[in-house]
Amino acid sequence: MNINLKIWRQKDKKDKGRFKAYKLQNIDPNISFLEMLDILNNRLIKEKLEPVAFDHDCREGICGSCGFMINGQPHGPQKATTVCQLHMRSFNDEDEILLEPFRANSFKVVKDLSVDRTAFDRIISSGGFVSVDTGKAEEANSTVIEKSNADEAFLSAACIGCGACVAACKNSSAMLFTAAKVSQFTLLPQGEPEQKERVQSMVATMDEEGFGACTNTGACSAECPKEISQENIARLNREFIKSQL
Amino acid sequence: MNDLNLNSKTPTGDLHTAWTRHKDFLEKLSKEEANKYKIIIIGTGLAGASAAATLAEKGFNVDAFSYHESPRRAHSIAAQGGINAAKNYKHDGDSTMRLFYDTIKGGDFRSREENVYRLAETSVNIIDQCVAQGVPFAREYGGLLDNRSFGGVQVSRTFYARGQTGQQLLLGAYSALSRQLKTEKVRFFPRHDMLDVVLVDGKAKGVVTRNLLNGEIKAHQADAVILATGGYGNVYYLSTNAMASNVTANWRAHRKGALFANPSFTQIHPTCIPVKNNFQSKLTLMSESLRNDGRVWVPKQKNDKRKPNEIPEQERDYYLERIYPAFGNLVPRDVASRRAKEVCDNGQGVGPTGFAVYLDFKHVIQNKGEGYVREKYGNLFDMYQNIADENPYKTPMKIYPAVHYTMGGLWVDYNLMTTIPGLFSIGESNFSDHGANRLGASALMQGLADGYFIVPHTITDYLSKEKPGNQDTANSEVFKNAVNKTEKDINKIMNIKGDMVVDEIHRELGKVVWDKVGMSRNSRGLKEALDIIPKIKEKFWNNVFIPGSKNDYNQELEKALRLKDFIELAELMAFDALDRNESCGAHFREEFQTKENEAKRNDIEFMYVAAWKYNADGKPNLFKEDLKYKHVKLKTRSYK
Repeated sequence: MNINLKIWRQKDKKDKGRFKAYKLQNIDPNISFLEMLDILNNRLIKEKLEPVAFDHDCREGICGSCGFMINGQPHGPQKATTVCQLHMRSFNDEDEILLEPFRANSFKVVKDLSVDRTAFDRIISSGGFVSVDTGKAEEANSTVIEKSNADEAFLSAACIGCGACVAACKNSSAMLFTAAKVSQFTLLPQGEPEQKERVQSMVATMDEEGFGACTNTGACSAECPKEISQENIARLNREFIKSQL
Repeated sequence: MNDLNLNSKTPTGDLHTAWTRHKDFLEKLSKEEANKYKIIIIGTGLAGASAAATLAEKGFNVDAFSYHESPRRAHSIAAQGGINAAKNYKHDGDSTMRLFYDTIKGGDFRSREENVYRLAETSVNIIDQCVAQGVPFAREYGGLLDNRSFGGVQVSRTFYARGQTGQQLLLGAYSALSRQLKTEKVRFFPRHDMLDVVLVDGKAKGVVTRNLLNGEIKAHQADAVILATGGYGNVYYLSTNAMASNVTANWRAHRKGALFANPSFTQIHPTCIPVKNNFQSKLTLMSESLRNDGRVWVPKQKNDKRKPNEIPEQERDYYLERIYPAFGNLVPRDVASRRAKEVCDNGQGVGPTGFAVYLDFKHVIQNKGEGYVREKYGNLFDMYQNIADENPYKTPMKIYPAVHYTMGGLWVDYNLMTTIPGLFSIGESNFSDHGANRLGASALMQGLADGYFIVPHTITDYLSKEKPGNQDTANSEVFKNAVNKTEKDINKIMNIKGDMVVDEIHRELGKVVWDKVGMSRNSRGLKEALDIIPKIKEKFWNNVFIPGSKNDYNQELEKALRLKDFIELAELMAFDALDRNESCGAHFREEFQTKENEAKRNDIEFMYVAAWKYNADGKPNLFKEDLKYKHVKLKTRSYK
């Protein structure tokens, strides 16, 4: 298949950036989207040009490194799929494909399609943990946890921190990301003692980092490659209100 | 060059109390004293993050570096199946001794007894710690923790979180690390590559890093350095490792004098999605846990082009069940991989390339229903369907072995210290616990054992004998020289200005290493590899082209700096494989096999750890650490 790419090129944080067009021919529909970019980059390097920078690592959809906008959608058209798990068979011959980085004030562009998502780490370090020093844990099975709660906590904990939720949101809110972590600990007894402080300080950090407010449009969950549910946001809101009582 | 005495410092006497006794004699430091010391940790995956968090809890100041933007991106995150622990929750007769024995046997009697026993002993604490952190392990309906079985063992001791156990454990360690970022006991340096380790009076006292975003080369001082940099499977180009996983930090340490142990012990995992085409950039693992319920088979007939569903039962060869009636589909990884290669080499392979075997879930779906399979392996099935474009609920998966894990690594003593004083190595980056073959669900166990429970004790003992230093990194000669040398190396690569892309050369290297130092090796092939690899090295230094600037986010330069070290490592792997005239575990030398094509060990001549010393002018020097088995009886591994 042949494809027509338009890719955002931006040298660094300070550069203004612009789209550039590239045409690729005879692409095997069974290769992955990132392998298609590898082919483009290989060609660019052969032409002594700079390749397109993009983040990626595990290429198994779990590390959360990859992610950019494909035709206006974070991670592209396939539901519940990271870019690295997307294949060219999801596109048609002669398609025009527009690639640009995740856009959010809190995610500065590093280069081309790569953005800085360290704001997420700062949200976690403000409270996304249980304070238990190594070696001070009690016997694991002395805490019985209802299976349904454990399973639900797992679903919240499955967030890969890719930032698609922020990119999908018209307000660039990090609510789904933050709520998923708060939820995991709300659903487990281990999270209970620090719950109040956790939810308050994570929400405060989210605001300090410049993420926007949540207006419950649901775009985040719709675009989330791990299908993190909106219920997490409801749970965070509940916990936040409770913490102020 | 016999100036080195490989003293493993393993405690003598009773095995069961060895670690406790050893720990009792390790020096301790109060929080106030610890606060005077700084430790550098390179890599923040399971091992690095857990060590960073624990050391900070003990009062040390930690500078942690990663080439990722966040510790949560480390490749530990991709481990699917689970983590072993001798909790004996299933009352199936499991015990520390049994986990110890399984691991020693699984490693084909090429690991240290004392290390492995300590690992088994620590395993139970890991589960307690992770549960306390809020890691959402799978649970039974009664609310207690669930377990499953894994290859190479007959008990159920693997704890898991669906097919995302590595993710959940890493996020646990990352959360513990994040808590210390808040207290500022840990400083995290994202997107930094370590390019050199700095020695002062022969001791590791710092590192040189490159900031990947702006190319800045900088020296950092510390009182000790921990390498937690993972494995080197990407030497094969195609592997299940993440794209950026590399050997550079370890290799730079090796060049500075740290011995590299058993480099040719590389694990080829039996259940991966087969290679499809020449553009393939990496391989994807399907968790070994699938072999609990999936049955492996190929058509009895050669070159059988029928669809799998058209091949009747009696014309299928369930070769693992046939050859190994006791363990069946749950034989260890090395055995399963080699047998897959064997049937494919024999013309019974399936799929377009003929290099694949079926992993079939028809029987379990018939017996227990699709829901059961979905609950247990849902995400793995989705992943398979997405990549292979086939529905594994309807048609068997096609799988083939792929490079997955490296048992070899930096040589460390019982304290996890390399042959460079003050330089420690933990997790997959060291060679310590898995011998010639690692059992499933043991990598997560080792990473966390080293990071949470072992190195924090042993490094404290080391530091208690060191005066906390405040080297002036900007002005001290040795740090300045290290920075200059690193800058010179980078300039040299930038100035080659050839016409080959880094990946082209890497692919070439990978093919040689896969063909000749892969699943099975022979002396002729290894000699050929030793002939070809230097030519690839020459090609790299004459022909590579790096676009862009060194003072910029330059992913090609990062790759080139890593490939340069992979090429040198590949040569060492071939040396090691050629030198070991026996077969053991994952190291299968075709000249040394039994009549039934099983690995034939030579315990009289090769019961040692091969630790190699870098030699800039030629062949590496071999040092041997003899292995002694006092608590298990040496025997030929049998899974029949």
